[in-house]
Amino acid sequence: MGLFILRRLGVMILTALCLTFLVFFLTNLYPNLEKLAKTQGNFRMSEEEVQSWLEPRGFTDPMLIKYGRWLGVVPGWVNEDEDGTVTGKCFAPNTPEDERSSFCGVIQGDWGYSLVFKDDVGGLVMTRLAATGKLMGFVLLLMVPLSLIVGVLAGMREGSGLDRSLSTFSIATTATPEYVSGVVFIALLASSKFGVSPLLAEWGWIEGKTLFSGSATKAIDDATFANFTLPVLTIALYGMGYIARMTRASMTEVMTAQYIRTARLKGVSFGNIVMKHALRNALIAPFTVIMLQIPWLLNGVVIVETLFNYKGFGWLLVQAAGNNDIELLLAVSVVSVVVVLITQLISDIGYVFLNPRIRIS
Amino acid sequence: MEPLTWTGAVGQFLDPVAYVLAIVFAIALLAQIVLSVVTSGARVVTNPDGTLSSAGGPYDLAASAVRWIGLALLVVAILYIGIGVVGGPGAVGIVGGMAQQLLPVWIALIVTFVVSIKYKRKLGLYGKLFDSTVGMIGFALVMFWVFAGVMAGVFDWITTHDSLSQVSGMKNKGPGTPLFGAEDGEYAWYLLGGDNLARDVFSRLFKGAWVVVQIAPLATLFAFMVGITLGLPAGYYGGRLDTILSFLANLILAFPVILLFYLLVTPEIVATGIPNYMATVLFVFPLVFVAVLLNSRFYTQPSLRTPLLIVVLGVLGWIYLSLISDAGSKVAVLPEFLDLFDIPAGILVVFVSVVFVNAPTVFRIVRGLALDIKTRDYVAAAQTRGEGPWYIMLWEILPNARGPLIVDFCLRIGYTTILLGTLGFFGLGLESESPDWGTTINTGRQLIRAYVHPLLPPAISLMTLVLGLNLLADGLREESLKD
Repeated sequence: MGLFILRRLGVMILTALCLTFLVFFLTNLYPNLEKLAKTQGNFRMSEEEVQSWLEPRGFTDPMLIKYGRWLGVVPGWVNEDEDGTVTGKCFAPNTPEDERSSFCGVIQGDWGYSLVFKDDVGGLVMTRLAATGKLMGFVLLLMVPLSLIVGVLAGMREGSGLDRSLSTFSIATTATPEYVSGVVFIALLASSKFGVSPLLAEWGWIEGKTLFSGSATKAIDDATFANFTLPVLTIALYGMGYIARMTRASMTEVMTAQYIRTARLKGVSFGNIVMKHALRNALIAPFTVIMLQIPWLLNGVVIVETLFNYKGFGWLLVQAAGNNDIELLLAVSVVSVVVVLITQLISDIGYVFLNPRIRIS
Repeated sequence: MEPLTWTGAVGQFLDPVAYVLAIVFAIALLAQIVLSVVTSGARVVTNPDGTLSSAGGPYDLAASAVRWIGLALLVVAILYIGIGVVGGPGAVGIVGGMAQQLLPVWIALIVTFVVSIKYKRKLGLYGKLFDSTVGMIGFALVMFWVFAGVMAGVFDWITTHDSLSQVSGMKNKGPGTPLFGAEDGEYAWYLLGGDNLARDVFSRLFKGAWVVVQIAPLATLFAFMVGITLGLPAGYYGGRLDTILSFLANLILAFPVILLFYLLVTPEIVATGIPNYMATVLFVFPLVFVAVLLNSRFYTQPSLRTPLLIVVLGVLGWIYLSLISDAGSKVAVLPEFLDLFDIPAGILVVFVSVVFVNAPTVFRIVRGLALDIKTRDYVAAAQTRGEGPWYIMLWEILPNARGPLIVDFCLRIGYTTILLGTLGFFGLGLESESPDWGTTINTGRQLIRAYVHPLLPPAISLMTLVLGLNLLADGLREESLKD
């Protein structure tokens, strides 16, 4: 087991290295750097001016050296101007000479500086990640129990009316991407001219103009039912269908097992069979599915945070990618890749613990 | 001229019927669901003459109510469409206008269904689809959009106005607004209203369907070619090849899709030519696939194999070269006069990134199937016969993996449609005036609090198409498992 985890960790680090290098490569291609120079300097820079902006900042060095600097295994660039001022990647301009560090990269815990937000990348990512963590927490709190209940109810009696309606419901939710359901929710529930809100306002059932708020910007500090429901619901609904279908499949399989038949023949009541005998075995497979669904939710998070203007991690990703903010983008991709790989690891290990029939050789 | 109402004159007596039926249907459905939990299925009664019959409990009552009221609702819907086709917007309002515009689609759908149901026993898996209600509903939804997309895109039939022309005075006007200053011969209404640039929402909707219907299946097909060509050897040979390919697939899968899109589809990256190089690599796979497929089958008869390969590869190679070579871009291998067609750069980039994102998943599925099937006896028999590995992979393993692959193909087209919408939603790839659904949703959401009519039609269309594909896949899975 220990060896298995170690090997997986090795693969994880290799994957993270490969992916960050890929991101690094794509963001450091010359047209991107040119755009960066022009947005940071001014838009009417000539070719030479772009060069002279890029060169002292180490952008024109070979790709591998730049990547090594970002990692912290190659010394950062140091430049001496004609008038003797020394600038460097790893120290502020006025640092005394003997306090200047030569390495600054991810290994040293320095994630770089965001050129768009004018802030430290590490702190920026952490605050945004906390905001998204809150969103994800609520999503999981809503999605997991709901999808398990739907799946178990549907799989309990295969082919019944309940099964068919719940299965159709789960298919419908998987067929509705977040940008569709989010838009429909806003139109129906958060528009002051359309949907149910004008009706409710007319009847005096709600205080404001709309039932829910179509913007979740304020929810970062102060999440209320009105401004946080729609984003959470939108993400949860899309992820729900898949988990529910997997739970249903696993439940129907368990319900046809021999030991369930034995229990029925013994005269155990149906409710007891479901609760005590079937449920425990039926919930092993959904555990894996839920864990693997978490990185998938990241996509939904990006869409929903853009749609509802909730300034979290997904919003940060869009900002970083849209403005080619290299170091921020790298940090964002490291975080998302780590999330993917860790959930994979947890799902593998958890599966072994939950299901004694599986052994890792 | 008066603005159109949704259902016009006919609606005045049909609408109440439809409302009542819908409410009763909802109640019956709810009753059925509740009763299926509470009661314990049908009771068996022994008749005096010794026969058995199942006694209808409250559950059966609710179930048959759902069935009959559902049927009645269907009849009402057909009435709306039928009267609408005949009467047009004058009789049935907006619904009538749309039904009339969609007449070719209805005809095509009816013909498809009648022919398919008549010959369903001779049509293999496709015919069996018509035994399952879910599958038929899914197929109908999918074919509706396919027909509508093709007819709007190729023949220009369904649309009422040009999808790009702006009419002054029609900005953000609601559904059914008469065209401002309409001349003779022009369609007199904006059936679903105008968007924020005063373009017809209805026409853009169906032009957008054409974009989706063009890209999604083709991109999925390419992803399948790549996935199959790499997945079969990975599963069949195993070993180091499998380790490397699986690592690469997992690498791409660990990437957040949206980040990948942002990295690949920005104009700066397009300027470097990376998408063109990727297209050059990815589009080789169908060629390799076909070549190996034919060669492994016919290599024992060189007199047949050689001309066949020359012809097939010649045609495919030409298409391939004209596909990847584009006069202005980095990859311009073919001189202008030999270049059959030019794909707009935006579409090519979108296409490549969608294929790139989908291929690893297909690879994993194919690899898993190959791992499973290679242990079967018929594979061992082929090995004993002395067949080559590629023959076994492509002519023994692949045909036996077709069931799950066809089902996944349907699901994946749906997923590709969602991905295309995502790209449009972030304004990546396609131009901002493109009528495709994702882009329309993106432009519409800026005014979402005030005007929802330009936004809801593409949203609902996307949902119905993907739902149709999911139901179709479900029906296919069900029917293919029955063998």
